Amino acid sequence: MAGLEQADDNVFHDPVQGRAPLILGGHDFRSITEAVAEPLESKTPLGWWLFFLPSLALLAMFGVSIGWLFWEGIGIWGVTNPIGWGFAIVNFVFWVGIGHAGTLISAILFLLRQKWRTSINRAAEAMTLFAVMCALVFPGIHVGRVWVAYWMMPVPNQMSMWPNFRSPLMWDVFAVSIYGTVSLLFWYVGLVPDLATIRDRAKAKIPRLVYGMFALGWRGSQRHWLHYERAYLLLAGLATPLVLSVHSVVSMDFAVSQLPGWHTTIFPPYFVAGAIFSGFAMVITLMVICRKAFGMERIITMRHLENMAKIILLTGMMVGYAYAIEFFVAWYSGNPYEQFAFVNRVFGPYAWAYWIMVSCNVFIPQVFWFKKARTSIPVLFVISIFVNIGMWFERFVIVASSLHRDFLPGSWDYYVPTRWDVMTLVGSFGLFFTMFCLFVRFLPMVAIAEVKTVLPAADPHDGEQRVVLAGAPGRDHQGALAT
Amino acid sequence: MRNPLSFLVPELPEGREHYGALGRFADARSLYRACERVRDAGYTKWDAHTPFPVHGLERAMGLRSSPLPFVVLATGLGGAATGMLLQWWVHTQAYPLNFSGKPTFSWPAFVPVTFELGVLGAALGAVFGMFALNKLPMLHHPLFTSERFERASDDGLFISIESWDPKFDAQGTTAFLSEIGALEVELIAAS
Repeated sequence: MAGLEQADDNVFHDPVQGRAPLILGGHDFRSITEAVAEPLESKTPLGWWLFFLPSLALLAMFGVSIGWLFWEGIGIWGVTNPIGWGFAIVNFVFWVGIGHAGTLISAILFLLRQKWRTSINRAAEAMTLFAVMCALVFPGIHVGRVWVAYWMMPVPNQMSMWPNFRSPLMWDVFAVSIYGTVSLLFWYVGLVPDLATIRDRAKAKIPRLVYGMFALGWRGSQRHWLHYERAYLLLAGLATPLVLSVHSVVSMDFAVSQLPGWHTTIFPPYFVAGAIFSGFAMVITLMVICRKAFGMERIITMRHLENMAKIILLTGMMVGYAYAIEFFVAWYSGNPYEQFAFVNRVFGPYAWAYWIMVSCNVFIPQVFWFKKARTSIPVLFVISIFVNIGMWFERFVIVASSLHRDFLPGSWDYYVPTRWDVMTLVGSFGLFFTMFCLFVRFLPMVAIAEVKTVLPAADPHDGEQRVVLAGAPGRDHQGALAT
Repeated sequence: MRNPLSFLVPELPEGREHYGALGRFADARSLYRACERVRDAGYTKWDAHTPFPVHGLERAMGLRSSPLPFVVLATGLGGAATGMLLQWWVHTQAYPLNFSGKPTFSWPAFVPVTFELGVLGAALGAVFGMFALNKLPMLHHPLFTSERFERASDDGLFISIESWDPKFDAQGTTAFLSEIGALEVELIAAS
């Protein structure tokens, strides 16, 4: 979109008028509908194929790697004693972590009345869903005998055995699959009014029919909105403890074990902070591309990106704090095994991975202290990639460096992934990006109805004379009093 | 035989010429005022249609608050109870095993799964309860016959008054909608 100057952007807080508008460029209801629906209705742009076809190729590679794994067995991977958990678990935790930003944006920021979330929540929720899909693949395929993967579920089987519900791995099965289900429900509920918008705009019969089916006959009735808004609020309230519980449970897969380097009480909050950190980085990576590609700079504004950069800075420091506390506790515990595990982590054979992790997660995001960096697209993009890499290495460090030197020096080993490990990891990005490409092509990537509610014109008391309370400059027009 | 998919279309009273009257309003503010007027005029079978939820409009329309929280409470507690019962049954009835001499019903270890299933039950209750209260899916509706009504999902703000409202009459109600500020008014055929 031409004519987008920095001065035109809304990153600046105006202390007299209250908050700057969230949506720029004189958008009204119709122009928002147009801006979001346009990409779905126009001919498929060449650029989309340039993203989609490579993603599809990577997805095919994912299929081949998994197919070969099923045929040949876990032996094609680099896992061996004592490193029984390799890339599969690293990738699982990595993808689940990415999948946390969407629900954080849609649920927690909703409860905190952070209205800037409306421009990015749809795409972030979609991203969450696809990340959870990628994550769920790994526990499914890593079990070795995949044809009995249903033993993870409490269903009757031929041995009359039942799963052990005291195991965090069992909690994980429930936490992640329920998280995926609830995220899907949340996302779909948000989509229904927007699908109705696309249905009403569709000219051709088939899109009208398909979007119409999924819109369920939504007709914008205020009597419906009443229940709808209540359902949305309740879902947000339910998803908030859920999202915090999911990565806590994932962390207990490690923390409940007896292994030095894993057996720490800081793991649940540390994992949750890291998950939000990595998720927001992925949202920035995707949004920087999407807003440019679809000309949505005035809906997904610099202010949105800057806010996300601030969250990355905050959670990055929380992660850094957790790294430091782990060392403190290792020293303070007086446990030689614990101390050895951490010294070995920093100076041992996996020191290279540890320092990649610390550099990407703790040092590099400090650039976001500077406003110039938070509002620069190239800087945002590059740092978001660094954070993604750093967070993958965090999980690699936790898994590999803790396992490779256990209590018995005779069994020490060095874990090296095979090409199949790498192909599976890269292939999972194929699944993720294929799904995301399909999403931006066929579904509205911005929550149309929700963005409309943050326009001043959506307020039934807009334009009425109002009293701005002295000393409360941050009030927006919902907070201001009508006289 | 009754069509099993008949729930997808609304059941309307027989023998009506019109579904009702539809008026379009300029902005959220005039819609809000108009809703107050319709409410105060004593209409009961009517609705507002907006592309986004207009805050406070339920008060202007005189709607009661949603009973959904009770549904969600019930399904949430049901989910949690199912979770705890399942684990109790597995560990004490179906497959009791001795883990380090711990009691077979070691409930603190069962809290995470109980919590997760409680959230699942509540979320399913919130979503499907909301659709049930809204009688959705309903793939056809007489309002969809109006071309103008397509704007209800774009930028159009509407009030519809149904013909079986005791106060409805085709002439008077359309005149009333114009009087309270509707820019365009039309009668919707019953179909």
